[in-house]
Amino acid sequence: MTLGLLAALVLVLAIGGFILGRQRALSSAKGDLRKLHSLPGYYGQTVALFTAVPAFVLMAVWLFAQPALIETRVAKLLPGEEHLDLVMTDVRKIAEGLDLIVAQGYLSNKAISDMRADLSDIRSRMGDVGIALGSNVKPTVFEAAKSYRSLNHMGRIGMTVAVLAVALAGFASAFLRIQPEFRARNVSESFVKVLLIAASLVAIATTVGIVLSLVFETVHFFKIYPAADFFLSLTWNPQFGGGSDLGIWPLIWGTLYVSLIALAVAVPIGLFAAIYLAEYASKKLRAIAKPLLEILAGIPTIVYGLFALITVGPMLRDYFAQPLGLGTSSSSVMTAGLVMGIMIIPFVSSLSDDIINAVPQSLRDGSYGLGATQSETVKQVILPAALPGIVGAILLAASRAIGETMIVVLGAGAAAKLSMNPFEAMTTVTVKIVSQLTGDTEFASPETLVAFALGLTLFVFTLILNIVALVIVRKYREQYE
Amino acid sequence: MTLADMSHHRPSLYTQDARTKARNAAEKRFRIYGITAVTLGVLALIVLLTSVLGSGLGSFRQTMMTLPVTLDAAVLDKKGNRNPDEMAKATTITYGKVLAQALEAVVAEKGLAPEGMKAKEIGSLISKEAPAALRDMVLANPDLIGTTIEFNVLANGRIDGFFKGRVTMESAALDSNVSPAQLELAQALRDAGMLRLAFNWAFITNPDASELRPESAGLGVAILGSAYMMLIVLALALPIGVAASIYLEEFAPQNRFTDLIEVNIANLAAVPSIVFGILGLAVFINYAGLPQSSPLVGGLVLTLMTLPTIIIATRAALKAVPPSIKDAALGVGASKMQTIFHHLLPLALPGILTGTIIGLAQALGETAPLLLIGMVAFVKEYPAAPPEGFLDPAAALPVQVYNFTQRSDPAFIERASGAIIVLLVFLLAMNILAVLLRRRFERRW
Repeated sequence: MTLGLLAALVLVLAIGGFILGRQRALSSAKGDLRKLHSLPGYYGQTVALFTAVPAFVLMAVWLFAQPALIETRVAKLLPGEEHLDLVMTDVRKIAEGLDLIVAQGYLSNKAISDMRADLSDIRSRMGDVGIALGSNVKPTVFEAAKSYRSLNHMGRIGMTVAVLAVALAGFASAFLRIQPEFRARNVSESFVKVLLIAASLVAIATTVGIVLSLVFETVHFFKIYPAADFFLSLTWNPQFGGGSDLGIWPLIWGTLYVSLIALAVAVPIGLFAAIYLAEYASKKLRAIAKPLLEILAGIPTIVYGLFALITVGPMLRDYFAQPLGLGTSSSSVMTAGLVMGIMIIPFVSSLSDDIINAVPQSLRDGSYGLGATQSETVKQVILPAALPGIVGAILLAASRAIGETMIVVLGAGAAAKLSMNPFEAMTTVTVKIVSQLTGDTEFASPETLVAFALGLTLFVFTLILNIVALVIVRKYREQYE
Repeated sequence: MTLADMSHHRPSLYTQDARTKARNAAEKRFRIYGITAVTLGVLALIVLLTSVLGSGLGSFRQTMMTLPVTLDAAVLDKKGNRNPDEMAKATTITYGKVLAQALEAVVAEKGLAPEGMKAKEIGSLISKEAPAALRDMVLANPDLIGTTIEFNVLANGRIDGFFKGRVTMESAALDSNVSPAQLELAQALRDAGMLRLAFNWAFITNPDASELRPESAGLGVAILGSAYMMLIVLALALPIGVAASIYLEEFAPQNRFTDLIEVNIANLAAVPSIVFGILGLAVFINYAGLPQSSPLVGGLVLTLMTLPTIIIATRAALKAVPPSIKDAALGVGASKMQTIFHHLLPLALPGILTGTIIGLAQALGETAPLLLIGMVAFVKEYPAAPPEGFLDPAAALPVQVYNFTQRSDPAFIERASGAIIVLLVFLLAMNILAVLLRRRFERRW
């Protein structure tokens, strides 16, 4: 039974449960609604919830746990394989091919269980259904694939039976409890509350998922590539055939250089724009200019990337880099930095604007009363008062710049270099995550797994920046409230 | 200090002393810095938009030719029984020859060909995608065979580029794919009214096309894929986000655990998007075994990214409902759940929907995480209708832009900018909808 059908069946059961539960409540009260503890709908709701929710939870857990359980069992059938990950990929492919062979009617299930890799040509049969295998299939691998496939089938059948059983059990237990004294509203409301709590746990689950997947694969990476080389080497030179240099420093340098240029563009523009809009601009100008600047934050980053690629890059190359003899590449640190700077202007300006507006008017009045001009008030009273908040805003913008991907992918280039020349193509952590994970190298190689180590570095880096920024902003806000 | 001493420092109130002048000048400079900053920001926005719009508008107009094509039964249906299975033996190469002959006939009839131009050169004015289009049309309707039809064919990408200013006589002389003679012929055809620039619906509906056929590359698969993902995001993120917000806003006790959830949500909003892509790759594809480049995986990843936005907006909307309404509901005997679901939630709905639309708009433009879950793959088949289609390979609008930029033919840059225009139109529509919703339903208490 397909998943969709199973889910639909459970839903139908739940809807049926609602109708039947409501009717049973009504009939148990013998038409006198006042005898019921709750409104009749709540009896139906209770039955529906008890039918659907445990069944769906079981389904989700089963779908999540089944692959891992089956893979460990199948892996036991393959003792002494060196590259277990690769072999498992083959096993999965062959199992998929066998499914296709049965689905397209070439062979029956029975014929497949009799098939043996040393007797029949598996590879050409797989080719018939469009599964390409790199080499001939070893008998052990083929047996593993067969058991993988049958375990998967059993798992699917087991899940269908279990889910339906749980749904029916929930249905029955709720349905049989229905009588006029049954506190249906309280029960269903507690149930809903549990659901609400579960929904708010999704955020925690996401964070845990991020951390686990990053840490797990990073540990995997450091098992096959020395951590010292990763953190201390100054060359980044991945090779297809192995023997790569995967030092992180050129990437960190590129990331910091681009972010630095971006901040050098965004901080003055954003800060002065915020000051002007908060202190000087008329209401009308503010109503126009503020949303216009905020549009910059709403434009997808791919648009900025294309802007860097087709407009800013060639312009910088033709008018600055080439006449000055600094380089001939249109993708450069400067290109990416400038465009990224434009992107983060609103991050600086909006937050700073809020913070400047939060400075109490009494401070301004006091300063004007002493005879200070408006700009002196801004420089000597408002900015010092707003400084922690502004620093927080800048840190948030920096974290945004470090984690930005599309602009650097399209604007900064792919060459990992340690250079000071801003018109040279360099690369960043995020660019390399993309290129290592979208390439053709096999998943278990250090060249691919390094992306997870880079991801973890990026995650930790931005997390620290965010937390520091949030703490600063929050601490500052408390001063005036 | 006497009056005379003071007048020494300041001769008159009407003339400023040096220090006042300096202070006023500083004031003026400061003001100018501010205006410059605001102008620069707005200017950057204008330059950004005009650059993209300017280079992308061309993709909505495409060079087309209308040719009278004779579908000769002797060539296309050798057995003559109009059976589509047998007719399928005639490949696109055969249809290509039919089209080339049709064009040559027209050119010869009007005497348009420049001196010494070979027949092959004339034929290659036609897009390489056109024979396949003609073949599909004939196979779908075998009765066309034996008739002469007026068929709209796309011109080759270079010819199209010539009329959009991307290809010139000088560049054609250096280009192995097009010759100046072909451009002259194209100009002659245009003057004769055979060739025209028409609105390019195919750009919206066609699937992607290969490297050599920029003229027929379209966004159909990408728009469909993005739409599927938005459906998934809406179906998952809205209920989960609203449920989480209700718990945090109305039920959660003030304790460590609640704090942990809140910090988590704040952090998720600031995690770089590419990290979500790594999560999707590791958990949904490698661990759970969901298919690569499927809208389901993309939708799940974008759901996790959109949740914080929706939760923040929903909590703000719930907070904005005045406590008197809650008190009144509780006062007449409603349970807490009834108060929330019957009163608070409907009143907060406009705010929730606005936040959701803005979250969806962000998700629609997100590129980096989708690159990692295999959305970069070249997909030419439309995904099936949902729910099976959620597992079919598909593209996404922003990723399609990235794909176009990775190809060498400059015609794809125009396509990339065109795709961005489509993306921005969708985003604009969503944001306008959000603003209208807010205007129409927002209540001041």
